[in-house]
Amino acid sequence: MRGSPLPSEAVTARAARRVPRVTTGGASGLGLGVATLWLSVIVLIPLAALVARSTDGGLDTFWSAVTSRQAVAALKLSLWTSLAVAAVNAVAGTATAWVLVRDRFRGKGVINALIDLPFALPTIVVGIILLALVGPTSPVGLHAIATTWAILMALLFVTLPFVVRSVQPVVQELDTEMEEAAASLGASSITIFRRVVLPNLVPAILSGAAMSFARAVGEFGSVVLVAGNIPFHTQLASVYIFGQVESDDPIGAAAVSVVLLGISLVVLLAIGVLGRWGSRHER
Amino acid sequence: MSVDRGGRLGLRVLVLGYLTVLLLVPVGLIFYRTFEHGLLPVWQSITTPAAVHAFWLTLEIALIAVPLNTIFGVIAALALVRGRFRGKVFVDAVIRLPFALSPVVIGLALLLVYGRGGWISLPFQVIFSVPGMVLATVFVSLPFVVLEVVPVLREVGDEQEQAAATLGATPWQAFWRITLPAIRWGIAYGVVLTTARAIGEFGAVSIVSGRIAGQTQTLTLLVEQRFQNFDLAGAYAASALLGVIAIATLLAMTLLKPRKDQG
Repeated sequence: MRGSPLPSEAVTARAARRVPRVTTGGASGLGLGVATLWLSVIVLIPLAALVARSTDGGLDTFWSAVTSRQAVAALKLSLWTSLAVAAVNAVAGTATAWVLVRDRFRGKGVINALIDLPFALPTIVVGIILLALVGPTSPVGLHAIATTWAILMALLFVTLPFVVRSVQPVVQELDTEMEEAAASLGASSITIFRRVVLPNLVPAILSGAAMSFARAVGEFGSVVLVAGNIPFHTQLASVYIFGQVESDDPIGAAAVSVVLLGISLVVLLAIGVLGRWGSRHER
Repeated sequence: MSVDRGGRLGLRVLVLGYLTVLLLVPVGLIFYRTFEHGLLPVWQSITTPAAVHAFWLTLEIALIAVPLNTIFGVIAALALVRGRFRGKVFVDAVIRLPFALSPVVIGLALLLVYGRGGWISLPFQVIFSVPGMVLATVFVSLPFVVLEVVPVLREVGDEQEQAAATLGATPWQAFWRITLPAIRWGIAYGVVLTTARAIGEFGAVSIVSGRIAGQTQTLTLLVEQRFQNFDLAGAYAASALLGVIAIATLLAMTLLKPRKDQG
């Protein structure tokens, strides 16, 4: 992840610690108060309401909303497509990051900038784009609307940058001397990658893949137009929740939402652990 | 050596092929589809009263949400980096949560607080109205400035601030004269990302807006409504407009990144 301490930074931090601190208390305490208040109003109170009100109809209603066949099917579809997308991203993203750092070719700068396009492009526009590509007017004769393929394409598109952007800085920092040493000892390039390079990249690959998983599980805008929303077939959890809100069942929607919230929290926790692992690896 | 070179070329071709199929062809196609019948119909389509209203509403929401998140972002980043308090890990996780959470869940959570029978009722309408849309936008775009400013703050350290304080500067002066100039490019980068997200948000805003044409319709909601009304050309035109905004965002990111990384 970002913000991994560089050696120079560690030195500065150590030096700073030796100097007696002059400013403490007042200003930073006020800042903390403001930040906490803002976070509470914007994030915590709404999420508390979501969790609390999901059981407005009693625990039984909550449980039957979460375990209804349609909700389970939607959650399952969201989970497995997101896992698949995270796995593809782990491979494709690492390869992309590698090429962007180590390879040299014309137009690399443009390609590097374009990697962020899925972050900059509104998700509904991604939906329209896929509709143009694989919808009824497809120029290449692909018709994938209301199939799992359309869902996978949409999710791959919107999550493309995560692994690339988390692995790229690590590849940049890699010491090529180790690879050269391995090569001079007769290791093949595949062995070098597997034994020397990959172990250093694993934390970054996993945290990028985890972020793309979290993003994919909750994705809505890019899939709502192309997934078809066929119950038990192409209905994703987010689209299912949206449908329940539209049909005036916010409490049932909240129940399934709590499951998604739980998944998000677990993934964030895992990324936090990975981040600590990654920074320990560097030392 | 030639095997190695072949491998490198092969990997390059694979990666560029993947990016072309997944990214370039689809995005190129949408611009082609938009402009295949010339510029005039596109212009007419994005200057209808509904489209103009959606454009201004999108801008209005972004102009409220982005400054709020910028101010919060700087304060939170300072508290996270400089402050010493318990529960830092918790605050950090909550700040990242909007990235990992479905926009639909975010919209629904706001509905359950401010909607009919919700926890909080204010004297003015929040849900199916602009205040709710602003809240949703602030929620989804909350982490960007914090996450961009935190590493910069770590990098610059607090030695200069300490020096300023020993020379008699108030914390306020030290912030304006020393901290803010040091982190300005990080803030700028975060602002660009926040703005892009604010303009492009769909799911959360869709739930809290009620999608009333000419009243609570942003550009992204306009795209969806035109699609639902079988106005595909109109949906393409509005998408292309958002696409141009996205490309402008990428340009700004590319220009700001070296300055941000230099600190």
